[in-house]
Amino acid sequence: MNLESWPIRHLTEHAAIALAGLFGLLIVASVLVKVLSLLHPARDYTELRQRVNSWWLMVAIFSVALMAPSTISLLFFGLISFLALKEYLTIIPTRRADRRVLFWAYLAIPFQYYWVSQAWFGMFIIFIPVYMFLLIPLRMILIGETDGFLKAVGTLHWGLMITVFSLSHLAFLLVLPVERNPIGGGAGLVLFAMFLTQFNDVMQFVWGKLFGHHKIIPQVSPKKTWAGFVGGVMTTTMLAGFVGPWLTPLVGWESWFAGLLIGIAGFIGDVTISAVKRDLGIKDSGNLIPGHGGILDRVDSLTYTAPLFFHYLYYLHY
Amino acid sequence: MNHFLRGCFFQVIVKPIVWLILGLNIRHRERLPSQGPAIIVANHNSHLDTMVLMTLFPSTLLSKIRPVAAADYFMRNRFLAWFSSRIIGIVPIRRNAGGDVSQVLAGALAALEQGDILLLFPEGSRGEPERLGRFKSGVAHLVTCYPELPIIPVFLHGLGKALPKGEALLVPFFCDVFVGEPYYWTGDRKTFMQGLTDKINALAAQGQFSTWT
Repeated sequence: MNLESWPIRHLTEHAAIALAGLFGLLIVASVLVKVLSLLHPARDYTELRQRVNSWWLMVAIFSVALMAPSTISLLFFGLISFLALKEYLTIIPTRRADRRVLFWAYLAIPFQYYWVSQAWFGMFIIFIPVYMFLLIPLRMILIGETDGFLKAVGTLHWGLMITVFSLSHLAFLLVLPVERNPIGGGAGLVLFAMFLTQFNDVMQFVWGKLFGHHKIIPQVSPKKTWAGFVGGVMTTTMLAGFVGPWLTPLVGWESWFAGLLIGIAGFIGDVTISAVKRDLGIKDSGNLIPGHGGILDRVDSLTYTAPLFFHYLYYLHY
Repeated sequence: MNHFLRGCFFQVIVKPIVWLILGLNIRHRERLPSQGPAIIVANHNSHLDTMVLMTLFPSTLLSKIRPVAAADYFMRNRFLAWFSSRIIGIVPIRRNAGGDVSQVLAGALAALEQGDILLLFPEGSRGEPERLGRFKSGVAHLVTCYPELPIIPVFLHGLGKALPKGEALLVPFFCDVFVGEPYYWTGDRKTFMQGLTDKINALAAQGQFSTWT
């Protein structure tokens, strides 16, 4: 089919097929849960069912966001950053004196996504690591509360980096020059990065459930096993090897390596947020997504995979 | 006209703020009464408390929800008086007018009489954010007049961080709303008030909150 006649401007044929494939997987997952609960009527599959139902909703919202005009797609990613930052600031200890500073931190979100919308790479890449990094302490000094200053300024900037800077790389994939990736377009890149990251999460969980014995990092995340990690990374690498050339400009070994990168980085992102939660003494980061926990519980892996995949791709092809 | 304005205010302004800017984690919403008369008793840290509690009810019930509020504050000028009584639908209470208690609470009793659901903050004012102040016993006087009346304790957390007393800038946080089981008159004012305080404290103890100093 030629691209001119394709009805949805922002989605190439390959991206649309990939999106349809996602819904296919969801159907498989729903059927699987149904079969499991019929096979083992005594067991409680409520959480698993909730999880799959939430996946349906998330994929549906995500699909609409991808098919919509690009402003709406960017608003969608901005909203994710906002929810993630809000959740982060809700669970960490903050100082009353810093109310206004937190407000400034929130303001970084519209600015960051505005740079994305302008495809202004230079500003996008330094705004939070440099300007917000220098501005937040300044705003705190103007208020003048020095008790707990270092902790406050450190935790706030770390949160901005994780929830806004890192995640906004997904949005920047959408505005990369389309002519470098005519088969997948921006949406193809986002689908590749997000789908493989979430797929990797699920695969690490499944491999761990089936064959997991040896704990990989018991002090941080007692349920994670070597089998889960290795099995997940291998499955993700394989899938990336097949899907990569079809959705992204990555060719041959580049795709396989992208999968390896996403598999390993996804794991690190996951356990990093686990470490934060363990430090704070909480199990879930929130209650926003039934069966999953909070939004940070869902985007934890993406906070690592999004920037790493982006810069890998950018270095090779843009 | 007021009915329409009130509906607009809640649907267009309050709900987006409460659900998008803030975000609520509600436990046991089903324990909220579906009809009056009843009293919702909550801890008080922010002007947002009333707004949040009102959004928990279906919009068809909105005109039945009546926050009990200080007349000296919420009726202090004409615009505010119009807004408080017509849009929010408060039952004004003259805190420091003196006179006997039943006179002060006459408006609240009349509202209960017509089957309204009162929102009451027994701390009396918003006080120090995220700290529970001592409860005033006005609610006990109301319940002695209606001993069958269900009192639903609600614990709110986070709204005092988002918009504390004396601040005009709203800073987003996820907030918690824990609804308790209905509580009834115990036959004695002292045990009733103590029981109510304990209920709110027990709800508060269910949550795990980050420090805010």
